[in-house]
Amino acid sequence: MEMSDGIEASFQVRFGEFALSAELCLPGKGVIALFGPSGSGKTTLLRCVAGLQRASAGRLVVNGDCWQDESKKFFVPTHRRPLGYVFQEANLFAHLNVQHNLEFGMKRVAASERRVVWEQALELLGIGHLLNRRPTTLSGGERQRVGIARALLTSPRLLLLDEPLASLDVARKKEILPYLERLRDELSIPILYVSHAPDEVARLADHIVVLEEGRILADGSLAETLTRLDLPIRLGDEAGVVVEGTIAERDSAWHLARVDFSGGALWVRDGGTPVGHKVRVRILARDVSIAPTRFDSSIANTLPATVVDNGEDDHPALLLVRLRVGSEFLIARLTKRSASHIGLVPGMPVWVQIKAVAVL
Amino acid sequence: MSLIADDWSAISLSLQLATLTILLLLLIGTPIAWWLARTRSRWKGAVGAVVALPIVLPPTVLGFYLLITLGPNGPIGNLTQSLGLGLLPFTFPGLVIASVCYSLPFVVQPVQNAFEAIGDAPLEAAATLRAGPWDRFFFVALPLARPGLITGTILGFAHTIGEFGMVLMIGGNIPDKTRVVSMQIYNHVEAFEYAQAHTLAGGLLVFSFCVLWALYSLGAGRKIWK
Repeated sequence: MEMSDGIEASFQVRFGEFALSAELCLPGKGVIALFGPSGSGKTTLLRCVAGLQRASAGRLVVNGDCWQDESKKFFVPTHRRPLGYVFQEANLFAHLNVQHNLEFGMKRVAASERRVVWEQALELLGIGHLLNRRPTTLSGGERQRVGIARALLTSPRLLLLDEPLASLDVARKKEILPYLERLRDELSIPILYVSHAPDEVARLADHIVVLEEGRILADGSLAETLTRLDLPIRLGDEAGVVVEGTIAERDSAWHLARVDFSGGALWVRDGGTPVGHKVRVRILARDVSIAPTRFDSSIANTLPATVVDNGEDDHPALLLVRLRVGSEFLIARLTKRSASHIGLVPGMPVWVQIKAVAVL
Repeated sequence: MSLIADDWSAISLSLQLATLTILLLLLIGTPIAWWLARTRSRWKGAVGAVVALPIVLPPTVLGFYLLITLGPNGPIGNLTQSLGLGLLPFTFPGLVIASVCYSLPFVVQPVQNAFEAIGDAPLEAAATLRAGPWDRFFFVALPLARPGLITGTILGFAHTIGEFGMVLMIGGNIPDKTRVVSMQIYNHVEAFEYAQAHTLAGGLLVFSFCVLWALYSLGAGRKIWK
């Protein structure tokens, strides 16, 4: 990685009981999830990046531009940083209608620096019909979309999202997620995405930073990090991996679609995605079981695998097992008794049965 | 019961005084309110208390100290004299200064409350949208504080119209210069011109009622951003 490509961040913050100490080197594009329980410091970290909070010791370089270096008492105030920030509660200006909210940031950016076009932002977030509305008359999902568009229209070089879905119900979340995916796929800027929801992270992130009590527990690509055996404990029932594949076939008789990936093929519910498209599927550890030999069962997705290693789970009866399938890793959760029963050892060839696959 | 020329002069003077006072108060009081709403300084309490003093002090006390400060031996009196402006007590400008001091809390407090109610969130949003500190103040804080600014303007104006003790101390009772409505009512009563006093006093009563009525109706409909 070149010096000019990527985000180098290092912050030490302390207030009251809470202390954040973070040192990160992040990729210069894609969605970077800051993941952790509430109180883990992820929002504080985001606010430090935005300059809304000034870390007493801090350094921040974004794709070659230095925004903060406390060793030289250098600090670029928030309004001079080319970033976009989407707040948990959208935070639209109550005294302005949607159009004027959207124009607020755009007007303050020199015309020569505008790269995001008005029509493009409205279309991307589907808010063209809301322009004359007051923020108080919008639904939570609409407010959030306006908030995202408002941030985009400043043509930011870094987009910060602070749990943009946290205040929405499940239906509204489903409404916004496709827009966020389009952002990820259509913008070539890094997006820092704060979340405590594993499903959002699995669906959107390329890179993940796991925080706990103000410290960084893990930092790496999504696939690598999710298959680390020391982390899933913290995810509990949500422990699992994300696999990327391509829709290879659709079976209209059974409403199923076949997703091919390096380790074989998985049959999933047909969600309407056309053949040839890339999809992400999520396989939870609790849905993977291991058998020493192949046998017929009602489970359609059975694949050959190799045991890599295993680790302790959060209950003494349980074990997490990492398996290699093709070039991908899966994690299975099983009882220690079952593991002992089949004589599970690293290097052993086995069959995995996957009870459920969620297409993200 | 018609108004005599002196009455009209007093009414005109009262309106001029209140208008000038409220304009100055919005200029001076808004930054003070902003500072009080946003500061974490240890002087916040002390400054807030000084601003609020006119609410509890008798106007005579405030008037007395202003008289000394603005008078020939006072610091401001010395200054105005050395600048060739003469002395301020018993002049209309002196009355304006006194009114500004006297009505300050009636403007600062509602505006301060409005600024506090806005909170950090919209200002932080504005900062992430490239708005610098002045930009945020004029295009986010002030518009959002509009209900407080309206309340402060109405209260400050009405309170200035209604002052008496302060006028007595600093303004005296000089026709066309410092004789405002409240003073003129006093003169009429002193001269047993009860009918004349009634007309002015009744007018002031109706005026004050209407102002407060408007204010409370506004307060009931707090959601000014429909």
